[in-house]
Amino acid sequence: MELPNPDPRPRGEVRELERIWATPRGWRLVTAVNNTVIGLLYIGIAFLFFLMAGVLALIMRAQLAVGDSRLIDQDLYNQMFTVHGTTMMFLFAVPAVEALGVMLLPQMLAARDLPFPRLSAFAIWAYVVGGLVFFSTIFYDLSPKGGWFMYPPLTLTEFSPGDNADFWLLGIGFIEISAIAGAIEIVVGTLRTRPPGMSLAQMPIFAWTMLIFASMIMFAFPAVILATMMLEIERAFGWPFFTAALGGDPLLWQHLFWFFGHPEVYIIFLPAAGLVSMIVPTMARTPLVGYHLIVVALIATGFFSFGLWVHHMFTTGIPALSLAFFSAASMAVAVPSGIQVFAWIATIAAGRERFRMMTPSLFILGFLFIFTLGGLTGVMVAMVPFDYQVHDTYFVVAHFHYVLVGGFVFPLFAAFYYWIPLFSRRPLSERLGRWVFWLMFIGFNVAFLPMHLTGLKGMPRRVWTYPGDMGWDLLNTISTVGAFVLGAGVLVFLVDLIARFRAGEPDVENPWGAGTLEWLPNDVYSTRSIPHITSREPLWDRPSLAREVRDGHHYLPNAPTGGRETIVTSPIHARPQYIIQMPGPGWPPFLAAVFTAAFFLLLTVKIVTVAVVCGVLAIAFVLIWTWGLDPGPSKGMIEIAKGVRLPTYMTGPKSHSWWAMVVLMIVAGSLYFAYVFSYLFLWLVSPEVWAPAGSPAPPPAFWPTSTAVLLLSGSVLIWLISRRLGKLAVSPFAMSAALLLSLASLIGALALELSGHLMTGLSPGDNAYGAMVYLGVVLFGQLAFALTILGLYTLARYLTGKLDGVRRVTFDNYMLLYHYAVAQSLFGLGLVHGFPRLIG
Amino acid sequence: MSLVRSMAPLALLAMHGCAGIQSALEPTGAEAERINVLSWVLMLFCAAVLAGVCAIAAAALFGGNAMRARLSGERLVIGGGIIFPFLSLSVLLSYGFYLMGSNAPVIDTDGRLRVEVVGERWWWRVTYIDEDGRRIESANEIRLPVGRPVEIQLTSADVIHSFWVPKLAGKLDMIPGRANSMTLHVTEAGISRGQCAEYCGGPHALMAFFVVAMPEVEFAAWLEREAADAQPPSGAEAVTGQALFQSSGCVACHRVRGTVAQGTIGPDLTHVGSRYSLAAGTLENDPAAFARWIRDSQHVKPENLMPSFEIFTEGELDQLALYLDQLR
Repeated sequence: MELPNPDPRPRGEVRELERIWATPRGWRLVTAVNNTVIGLLYIGIAFLFFLMAGVLALIMRAQLAVGDSRLIDQDLYNQMFTVHGTTMMFLFAVPAVEALGVMLLPQMLAARDLPFPRLSAFAIWAYVVGGLVFFSTIFYDLSPKGGWFMYPPLTLTEFSPGDNADFWLLGIGFIEISAIAGAIEIVVGTLRTRPPGMSLAQMPIFAWTMLIFASMIMFAFPAVILATMMLEIERAFGWPFFTAALGGDPLLWQHLFWFFGHPEVYIIFLPAAGLVSMIVPTMARTPLVGYHLIVVALIATGFFSFGLWVHHMFTTGIPALSLAFFSAASMAVAVPSGIQVFAWIATIAAGRERFRMMTPSLFILGFLFIFTLGGLTGVMVAMVPFDYQVHDTYFVVAHFHYVLVGGFVFPLFAAFYYWIPLFSRRPLSERLGRWVFWLMFIGFNVAFLPMHLTGLKGMPRRVWTYPGDMGWDLLNTISTVGAFVLGAGVLVFLVDLIARFRAGEPDVENPWGAGTLEWLPNDVYSTRSIPHITSREPLWDRPSLAREVRDGHHYLPNAPTGGRETIVTSPIHARPQYIIQMPGPGWPPFLAAVFTAAFFLLLTVKIVTVAVVCGVLAIAFVLIWTWGLDPGPSKGMIEIAKGVRLPTYMTGPKSHSWWAMVVLMIVAGSLYFAYVFSYLFLWLVSPEVWAPAGSPAPPPAFWPTSTAVLLLSGSVLIWLISRRLGKLAVSPFAMSAALLLSLASLIGALALELSGHLMTGLSPGDNAYGAMVYLGVVLFGQLAFALTILGLYTLARYLTGKLDGVRRVTFDNYMLLYHYAVAQSLFGLGLVHGFPRLIG
Repeated sequence: MSLVRSMAPLALLAMHGCAGIQSALEPTGAEAERINVLSWVLMLFCAAVLAGVCAIAAAALFGGNAMRARLSGERLVIGGGIIFPFLSLSVLLSYGFYLMGSNAPVIDTDGRLRVEVVGERWWWRVTYIDEDGRRIESANEIRLPVGRPVEIQLTSADVIHSFWVPKLAGKLDMIPGRANSMTLHVTEAGISRGQCAEYCGGPHALMAFFVVAMPEVEFAAWLEREAADAQPPSGAEAVTGQALFQSSGCVACHRVRGTVAQGTIGPDLTHVGSRYSLAAGTLENDPAAFARWIRDSQHVKPENLMPSFEIFTEGELDQLALYLDQLR
């Protein structure tokens, strides 16, 4: 292969890279945005939540060690299991996966950073502040106590007065938003910042799993975001989405929650399986057997997982036909997991030498055992009649801990031992590692294996105590002992981590002799030059690669724009397309995150004025941070390799910004889809409250028609602006007026839609129909609010000369979201005004 | 009265160490028996598959070179990961569908005995509707005839609860605004314990009940007694107890049929003395437990909707307890 940059590089390039990518020191560390720095913070905080939620688990196990125990009281216990579950799912598992993505993806793809470093920093800091405040409620008797799935009506104000439930809804609500920010980053990162030549078929499995993970978040999280919105609106303003007496239905929450909640399990498990698929080949010193089968299996799991949610609702009394369908689907998902398990075993067998039994391998084997057992008990609970008995018992507690601890925590520990040499000067202790593994493995099984039996013997979950004469005592005592042994294992790990982890360059490069790019010589700027990739294990297939990369013989061995940058490639074949210029450290993302968290948390405790001030500040800092983006084409074309010149600015469908906006539109679309589902679901349940029979008929056709005309003319206006942007013949005054007019027609449409419904006398508190109609207005209003800020920002860019026919990314984003909002609202008009006429 | 006595040893067993009284593995009902068979089939299947996977993994790790070479291809992935699960799960699924069909509610329940159970925070309102459409209200205990399927209609007055008697059948949720129905077919006389299986806040852990299965004839006699009004108190102490009951606010929530006590917020107490437990399976049923419950209900069962009545003297508590204990 011809090297992209065959000639010796001039001196000083490395020093230049080091200067540009230098990590801020001292208290300015919080302004850092580089993935290796914030990734460490991310995984560190996620692990802290794992420890804290684990301590809660130990306290609960102590309480349950014997029957009739009064060690901790009922109310505290109810708060504890809610916080334990919520923290493990929302504050540990999903963030830990995203953290691994942030830390490892750019290294595996030999990118200098993820495409939106400040968005990552923002999401992480929002999570850190919001998560810590949420968790701390356990110390002030303010924690939610509705269980991690927060079923209404229990969580409605009538049965859960106080702010406890609101902490869950608002706290978790915005952590979900932070997860979506991460998903945007990861989708665009895996599809657009791969090294030249790395086609999709050569992408490391972990990158595949992260891509699927992020796509699943795009479709799953919006359902729970809508559900949390609805529940919070019902708690705060009494719109009866979930109150049966007024046409709502508690089951609507369960559908929306599990439409998110079941994919959530795979959202957590798939990336962990990706970690395993990276570690097993290294330890077996042979390429992964069945790469293509695994990719197909991963994608299949992603799809299937959206068709399983009802298996959490087998005992709600839904019709037998649905039961049969979801039972079959739940079993079908065993197949892709089986493919992966056997592919790993085949890979272990395929190595010419025997599988190396280091600590990561032990955790992998432990994972194989525990996860297989968890998968098999999953097959058991997929059998509807069996589920009738064990649903909501300790059998299920055992099952999902086998799946989640086995399927995620064990691979995570394998990953810690495997990748820590990448980030620490010293690896972790191999001797202590064995202790950690055996304590955790034995402790885990001693704790959770007996629980299967405890459940079959009739012990329900979520009980703070139980009678001492039910025959559950001994099993529970054993479980408690096991839990503390598991805890001891984690403690040994922690001690080793504190003793040996020192952030910095490792002494040994590629200690495991792995074949993937993250083991190339690395520094703050990632690799010195970005390699050309022709195979799945480039380090094995081209032993000279590390040297070539370090000597700058591959792409972009320097910093030609004088700032942070990386190569953007085409999504399928990874052909270099342009250079993305990325922002460096800065205060705005950090401050915006702190104020966003403050906004949500202050709203929770109903300190509204201060909350609004914080909200305004958060938006202001986001605007300050984005003001410096969209640099325009001022740097011209630059050479990244001999004879390869790339532009440094891109607009339109090739630009990363366009892609991010499309992902955001998909998220918004999923949210709206969940709304349409809810609307039709509540109609099916309570047709008697629906207009025109049970509620005031929708306003006369004149109203929605006018709204539609306003929306469409707004879209036409945007189309005209887009065509005229940058043309000299257009006066700045006309352009500004047109931008303002587009906003005016949007807001006018919103006002028309709202007043039309108000005029009919319909009120959102009347019944479920009214609540759904006005929720549609709220969703429209949300988009209008975002577009107002974006539109005024676009106008400001235009007036300050930062927007023209070429430098137009800001306008393009406004345009895309605008057209989306018009499409969604037109559809909404059809639903809200058309449907009652259709049935009436 | 003789019936209650004849059941007394069983009751003693229930309250003092009867491991298995709530175990799905010791079924005494038709559906639970079918599921129990399924459970064992599934457990054996899973144990066999787990052993198989472990053996293959061990061979891949420690086997000879020939063995390892055989396991190293995509053949293993396709055989073990696709063909085997597809076949075995299809068989299991068919078995599951067959069982679901046989668990369907019996069609002909019209005009026969039905039991309505309403989940309340944190107790069970139980109403028998007999062949004549007569409604007989009770609480926190269900009596059933042996050998005859009885339809149980489930709903909730407040939050979601779940009705579960593991020895008799699987669980079914009680959801506000929705009516669910299941059939209990007890095959053996005796007592089993049920418990709320959907977290319902506060003392969810203390929301249990007993199911007493009796031979058909005894059941018919019992139902007649249950339908009757309360017996008047006997003895001066109990009469004072009744007066206290009626003058201290108890009647606002509780009904004792045939007296002025007509409250419907809390459990019907007409025959409370004949039940096997107090406070939804939380306490044994004897005069001391009555006294303790009235004085200390918020400690015995925190957050339950009956306040602790600390206004009574020890003597008054005894009188109240005696009165309630006589409501058999």
